[in-house]
Amino acid sequence: MTDDKLRELEQRVAALEEQAPEDRVSLIVFSGDLDRVLAAFVIATGAAAMGQQVSMFFTFWGLGVLRKGAELSGKTVLQKMMTVMSPGSSKDLPVSRMNYFGVGATMLRSMMKERNVTSLEDMVALAREMGVRMIACEMSRDVMGIHESELVGGVECGGVATFLADSLRSRTSLFI
Amino acid sequence: MSQPFDKVYDARGLSCPMPLVNARKEIGKIDPGQVLKVLSTDRGSVADFQGWAKVAKNVAIVAQETEPMDGVNVYVHFVQRTA
Repeated sequence: MTDDKLRELEQRVAALEEQAPEDRVSLIVFSGDLDRVLAAFVIATGAAAMGQQVSMFFTFWGLGVLRKGAELSGKTVLQKMMTVMSPGSSKDLPVSRMNYFGVGATMLRSMMKERNVTSLEDMVALAREMGVRMIACEMSRDVMGIHESELVGGVECGGVATFLADSLRSRTSLFI
Repeated sequence: MSQPFDKVYDARGLSCPMPLVNARKEIGKIDPGQVLKVLSTDRGSVADFQGWAKVAKNVAIVAQETEPMDGVNVYVHFVQRTA
């Protein structure tokens, strides 16, 4: 093989290597339903345990998972209404089916406890401990009038490119 | 039937994903070449540990056994840290 051909092949291999996905998993958490969010965190912590870099991008209703409280000052009328009507923290998340004004969510939580399944709050703490990257969508946070001070600490803020920069390098990307 | 091991982690009573998540932590405490024995009552852990070994570059399954203990099936995984 000529030197030129060898060099060309080396360059092509290098270019391909650069495009190859990493050991990385990306999740968009759009839903604010307790059951869906639980699934997202089971996947996130499981992937982290398997040695994957995990990124979770929280947007729209998914931001409810990261809330630690509600503030009303400095918000428009519509934003105040939204704040009052939406879950103030992960503890208030409804279930996607048979919620019945929160009774369903309470039932699911006690059934999980009975079966010794880790609670959502413990799962979030675990994900953090395992180095899962959590990003809050700046645009939807702004639209819904959620102040940064209403979110738990240790959350980055970012936009679509922040998510895509991670998901384009991932083997798996999920929208939940 | 008696597989050699260096450390035991008891995950009985825990459900997905905790046996895997905690086993991953425990395997960090042993040296490469050593074997971690994991006890679990989660039936899904059998396939989960196989998947883990397939994906992670530093673990291998040495053996998997099912043993009835106190009336319940306990799934025993012998996981070697390879690197």
